[in-house]
Amino acid sequence: MARSVMSEIKKDHIHRLLARGKRVDGRNWDEFREITIQTNFTETAEGSARVKLGNTDVLVGVKMETGIPFPDTPDKGVLATNAELIPLASPTFEPGPPDENAIELARVVDRGIRESEMIDLDALCIVPNEEVWICFVDIYVLDYDGNLFDASFLGAVAALKSTIVPASRYGKGEDFKLPIRCLPMSVTAVQIENSILVDPTLDEEKVAAARLTVTTDENGDIRAMQKGLKGSLTIDQIKKIIETSQRLGKELRKLVG
Amino acid sequence: MEAMRLIDENGLRIDGRKVDELRPIRIEAGVLKRADGSAYVEWGKNKVIAAVYGPRECHPRHLQDPSKALVQCRYNMIAFSVMERKRPGPDRRSVEISKIIAEALEYVIFTEYFPRTSIDVYIEILQANAGTRCAGLTAASVALADAGVPMKDLVPAVAVGKVDNQVVLDLTKEEDNHGQADLPMAIIPRTGEVLLMQMDGHMTVEEFNKAIDLGYKACEKIYQLQKDALRRRYAVEEIETFEEAQHPQTAMEE
Repeated sequence: MARSVMSEIKKDHIHRLLARGKRVDGRNWDEFREITIQTNFTETAEGSARVKLGNTDVLVGVKMETGIPFPDTPDKGVLATNAELIPLASPTFEPGPPDENAIELARVVDRGIRESEMIDLDALCIVPNEEVWICFVDIYVLDYDGNLFDASFLGAVAALKSTIVPASRYGKGEDFKLPIRCLPMSVTAVQIENSILVDPTLDEEKVAAARLTVTTDENGDIRAMQKGLKGSLTIDQIKKIIETSQRLGKELRKLVG
Repeated sequence: MEAMRLIDENGLRIDGRKVDELRPIRIEAGVLKRADGSAYVEWGKNKVIAAVYGPRECHPRHLQDPSKALVQCRYNMIAFSVMERKRPGPDRRSVEISKIIAEALEYVIFTEYFPRTSIDVYIEILQANAGTRCAGLTAASVALADAGVPMKDLVPAVAVGKVDNQVVLDLTKEEDNHGQADLPMAIIPRTGEVLLMQMDGHMTVEEFNKAIDLGYKACEKIYQLQKDALRRRYAVEEIETFEEAQHPQTAMEE
């Protein structure tokens, strides 16, 4: 990804406001931007969701195919998550195979879905050792204004929840809803000069020292985490973000229903 | 050989259209924040988004032209835009489509105004149902206008084809798969020049003449929709009063 430049005056502006406990767009430190979720956006997908998180815009789709299971999980379906930072979404995204940022994004989303056991992979086995359902989750960023982790995760959860497995198309009986066990939610925050800000915008991400994504389940238990960027976090900051993720996760979950 | 009848005895097609009728088309300009210009097109069951970046510094530098801007295009179908999941990344088809769209757009853009720069056009097919290159080019030219890139004209595009031995406008996927010919075209409405033309299948010269006649008429309609979209995007709701102009409500902090 090409380095993105940011004017010193803009950086100063963020820092000065933060010193007075304020954010550029007037939000509280633990406040998400406005979120809209449009499910079934793409008819050719088995499930899809377009999520707008402020100016960040992400489209997630699910395709189901049959295939061979992994040897170590012969009686489980397969989850495959992929993210594309397409150049349409930002002047800093370049065409080509997924770079390290796209791969990190896909893996963090995948981890939250996989480790929360959101999808009942046992129910996606057709013939053990031979044939299982493969669930492809594809994430496309359309407009990039920060916090791709939460926008993509919300999109993936909403898309999976709306997925109908096209069994009849594959001669495997009647179509059925993708079996969902729970709704995990991810919340991402950044640390800027020891202040914690939830749902960072692109400008906030650019001045941030460290980032933490915490994915929790309905019980508030932690299912996945990812610390990013070059700075550090204190244990107290981490605990604060976990507590915030539990609390805000409940609110986000209501949006998916 | 024809296993499937695509036009019934009343001359109506599977989706109820007449042979010279377009699918419903909706165009919206300025749909993305980060891009310099953008447009979204829904065309029947096609969903297409286009974004423009530039004129901006040209990378890689050896492609820079000291006399004009370089027009680059990337046409891409997203993985779940078709029934059978498409593996991400360019294939030979999308590389070819990207090339002919870039060439079509280069002709209408005043590239000599922006030497050494690059104008990058990105077209993403979010949902495909035949005619995506035409929908993509139609969207791309609106996105260029939205980006303020000076152009000779907008570029409407449409596909004409042959189905059940009849010349038919704007094929759907079923008609394309079982039809006899497909002829995508794009024109400059003000001059009538042809900017994009491809054909595959089998047509007599008479059928071809009929097809381009249908295509030109349809492009005129699409051209109106393109202009309407830009007018809606840039329409001024009401002129602000002097008082409001002197005391803007949203003052920047500090």
